[in-house]
Amino acid sequence: MALIRSIIKLGAYVLLLKKVFAIPEKWNVFFKQVLNETNKLIINSIWIAVIISVFIGAVITIQTQLNMSSPLMPRYTVGLATRDVLLLEFSSAIMCLILAGKVGSNIASEIGTMRVTEQIDALEIMGVNSACYLILPKIVAMVIFIPLLVILSMFTGILGGYFVSLFTDMLPVSTYIYGIQSYFVEYYVWYSIMKSVVFAFIIATISSFYGFRVKGGALEVGQASTDAVVMSSIIILLFDVILTKILLQ
Amino acid sequence: MIEVKNLIKSFEGQEVLHNVSCLFEEGKNNLIIGQSGSGKTVLMKCVIGLLRPDSGEILYDGRNLVTMTGRDVKMLRREIGMLFQGSALFDSQTVEENVMFPLTMFSDMTLRDRVKRALFCLDRVGLKGAENKYPSEISGGMQKRVAIARAIALNPRYLFCDEPNSGLDPQTSIKIDELINDITKEYDITTVVNTHDMNSVLGIGDNIIFLNKGHKEWVGNKDTIITSDNKELNNFVFASPLFKRIRAAEVEDDNQKIK
Repeated sequence: MALIRSIIKLGAYVLLLKKVFAIPEKWNVFFKQVLNETNKLIINSIWIAVIISVFIGAVITIQTQLNMSSPLMPRYTVGLATRDVLLLEFSSAIMCLILAGKVGSNIASEIGTMRVTEQIDALEIMGVNSACYLILPKIVAMVIFIPLLVILSMFTGILGGYFVSLFTDMLPVSTYIYGIQSYFVEYYVWYSIMKSVVFAFIIATISSFYGFRVKGGALEVGQASTDAVVMSSIIILLFDVILTKILLQ
Repeated sequence: MIEVKNLIKSFEGQEVLHNVSCLFEEGKNNLIIGQSGSGKTVLMKCVIGLLRPDSGEILYDGRNLVTMTGRDVKMLRREIGMLFQGSALFDSQTVEENVMFPLTMFSDMTLRDRVKRALFCLDRVGLKGAENKYPSEISGGMQKRVAIARAIALNPRYLFCDEPNSGLDPQTSIKIDELINDITKEYDITTVVNTHDMNSVLGIGDNIIFLNKGHKEWVGNKDTIITSDNKELNNFVFASPLFKRIRAAEVEDDNQKIK
């Protein structure tokens, strides 16, 4: 029964996407919407991305330093490990999981509220493709700008490790800087960006889907918001495994 | 004019509308009345195309909504204005932007002309000066008037109002009714109102359709409803003591005229 329900839900999700990917009614309105969504979903998330990245970068540096007891291991490995953890996993997957909570709940509750207050019906009655009008700008804004947020997270995470070496006596600054420059694989950055594009799409579409199909009132909007975050997180983790296998093998 | 022919609609095997046929006339206030669960909202949602009927025809001046292509439905909807029960104004937009929305989406008017038209519509519903406010900053009655202004912005041929007086005080309700009536006559549009409010029924009911358990039970107008001998209709309309007294007075008056 649960399997059938999941298949039906997947079918509804695909049908919604079919409605979303249509030509916008007015391009100037669409671009304005993209800018609004960028401001609401991305610009307002910069601060949380920066704060979390700085602290996680610092923690990774401290933990790596404390756990490297072997004298055979060069000390610059701390910087190298911090950089690779941030590039490979934290700035893309973990950052997108955090954004699924912040941005995903925002999208689901906004669209869900519009549904229960008949604003979506109003759009449909006017002859506007409500799915395209409401969801497509969110997808475009997320897919374009989440990778930039991920790049920002990489920089600020590495900066967090730098602060540890600067303000504590755990590791000399020069050793940390040498470490973050050692054995650098450019492809890791591209890998991270590719993953973040997929994750951005997942957050935007799944959250919109849960918001769009709300029936009822405030209670159901809250439930949809929670479901959107949970489902986005699970799908992000699933795709993290799949993409890692495909892109790094 | 909108003609509904033999409309049947069911949900999960349970028939909610049973072979309903009715006519919504141009230049008149066409009211759909009935108890909760009688199928009023389902009928209205079928007529505006938010629900697909199981069978039957919905003819907008001869154009059958049921058999139309998606593109034609979209075009038809641009001729429709709708006032929702909860107003359904866009929270993130100001009053002026709300009224301008259909113009922005479907007209090639310049910004200056759109603003001019929006201000005209707001003036028409008596809301001059409220254009920069957000929906959350105005009262329920004002929200309804903004929704009417938005509905008429594109000069619709058909206006649908779902419970326009719900949640409003009697005085504001009368004002909203008067506004709907004035707009209907002024622009000669086909207006369909879904209502429970007996003041509306007696005030603006040019053509009244009474639904009972999914059946069309009675058709008439505000003058004939008072003296109707339909039992189901009388139970619905004259449920309150006030309306019972009005009916008694009317019937007595009629009897005296006959004598």
